[in-house]
Amino acid sequence: MTVVLGISNSDLAAATGSDAALRRFLFGLPGVDQVGAEARAAALATRSIKAATKRDLIDLAIRMIDLTTLEGADTPGKVSALCAKAQHPDPTDHTAPHTAAVCVYGDMVPHAVRALGPDSPISIAAVATAFPSGRASLDVKLLDVHDAVVNGAHEIDMVIDRGAFLSGRYLQVLEEVRAVKEACGTAHLKVILETGELQTYDNVRRASWLAMLGGADFIKTSTGKVQPAATAPVVLVMLEAVRDWFDVTGHHIGMKPAGGLRTAKDAMRMLVLVAETVGEDWLTPDLFRIGASSLLNDLLLQRQRMRDGAYSGPNYVTLD
Amino acid sequence: MSRIDVRKTHKLFVNGAFPRSESGRSYEVTDTKGRFLANAAQASRKDARDAVVAARAAFRGWSHANAFLRGQIIYRIAEVMEGRHPQLVADVMAAEGLTEARARRTVDAAIDRIVWYAGWADKLPTALGNANAVSGPFFNFSIPEPTGVVAVLAPESSSLLGLVSVVLPVITGGNTCVVVTSHTRPLPAVTWAECLATSDVPGGVVNVLTGDRAEIAPWLASHRDVDGIDCAGADASLASALEVAAAANLKRVLRPDADEDWAAHPGLRRLSRFIETKTVWHPIGV
Repeated sequence: MTVVLGISNSDLAAATGSDAALRRFLFGLPGVDQVGAEARAAALATRSIKAATKRDLIDLAIRMIDLTTLEGADTPGKVSALCAKAQHPDPTDHTAPHTAAVCVYGDMVPHAVRALGPDSPISIAAVATAFPSGRASLDVKLLDVHDAVVNGAHEIDMVIDRGAFLSGRYLQVLEEVRAVKEACGTAHLKVILETGELQTYDNVRRASWLAMLGGADFIKTSTGKVQPAATAPVVLVMLEAVRDWFDVTGHHIGMKPAGGLRTAKDAMRMLVLVAETVGEDWLTPDLFRIGASSLLNDLLLQRQRMRDGAYSGPNYVTLD
Repeated sequence: MSRIDVRKTHKLFVNGAFPRSESGRSYEVTDTKGRFLANAAQASRKDARDAVVAARAAFRGWSHANAFLRGQIIYRIAEVMEGRHPQLVADVMAAEGLTEARARRTVDAAIDRIVWYAGWADKLPTALGNANAVSGPFFNFSIPEPTGVVAVLAPESSSLLGLVSVVLPVITGGNTCVVVTSHTRPLPAVTWAECLATSDVPGGVVNVLTGDRAEIAPWLASHRDVDGIDCAGADASLASALEVAAAANLKRVLRPDADEDWAAHPGLRRLSRFIETKTVWHPIGV
């Protein structure tokens, strides 16, 4: 059900010219059918997955995880434990794949670099730009980003200024994303929309386009600090934006739901949404990530269940 | 004009709520003469898994509640059952084909047994624990502690008295449990679950699954997050298979006794089976 938007590449260039043009472009996007989006997300959540497929999807989901710790109480020790878990999620089973990345605060990046060692296949993602509120001046935000990149972060998770977005200063948000993208250099940029604060699905769609116009490599639902976070309808709306962007520009933008995903079932549902919305090309850690901490343990329990034929328990995974 | 029957489809009791089986299945329950009584939910292995998660979550609160409070809560179950005495009698009559007088005596015995166990809650450390005499400047205490999450297969024929006789010893000691009821006579257990829901027993301490124990029990026996299993309702061949599966994580196993008389005095055999003894040394004068 591809929406024919009638947007061309030149429209995108024109849209970013002025505040008025950008507003006209964002408000020209088709509105989201709220009931339809919720019904579609709910319908896809009931999709049955057979055992062999589930086994593959569990490993795929583990490979897609950005294993996250974003607490005020984080310590170097906690970060190195997190890195060890990212490398060998299941100490009892070395066939368990490693996660895609670890996600930490900027000041913890050097500890993650040390724990993972050089040439690690696991990326280091750092949250920046005054995460999670985004309430700081642009200079401070850029310094935050620069700091993380210099310390060795491969990916930057920035938050948009929701205050500016909600009060209609779209060009300000766009320019901030652009400035951060530039500060990232070669690091990948994930733009957090914090959908729990955006009020409507229409706003989610607009913010998604805004982030992609600004140069996001990934769009991400939430910080994990605000509820609701990565609900299925929100993820659906964002994936539709990713799909439409691809139709217009031919560029693959990644997607990262984060926050509130705790069970293997939640992860399976996300993968079904991806396959059904943007297609199976996106079922790779390069284009789809799941931001989570406790989700990994549930995936491992399911994995052990399928391996041993008996239900496993919390004593068989690490305490985080 | 005759009134239209209110036909019931009962549900499970998991985590203090009454969900339908995840599988959506139910089965017909009849009395001893084959007349339809009601539909009962037919639990699947996933319901058992959810129930174990609920029991594990409830374990910390229940095992750490002080023993006196636990005793009061258990006594409260008896109070609520007393209020629903007529319904329990009717359920037991229909399920077991007893006369009203005998059903009444059975329900009385079940309630009395709960009161008896309620009294035991705060006496276990005294009866099963000890201050040991040791050679050296130490205090040495042996303290009874609950085993954890226990799967309970309730007896097939004694639908209420047998049920409370296997569940109460488990929860009195501070364990939480997942109980699989009698398959052919589940309705007294359903009513009892309603008693539990309206007494002060925290959600998840007792989870009641109706259905086919041969389908569910192997998953509970092999479950790595279950610490013990009472095989009371299993026949000999099922029980030995369960015992083998239970060995994987060294569960405490209580074997079934085909000749068990549920009306007889229970003693402390069941209660002490799901109790671990922790012994601590403490230097004197520090």
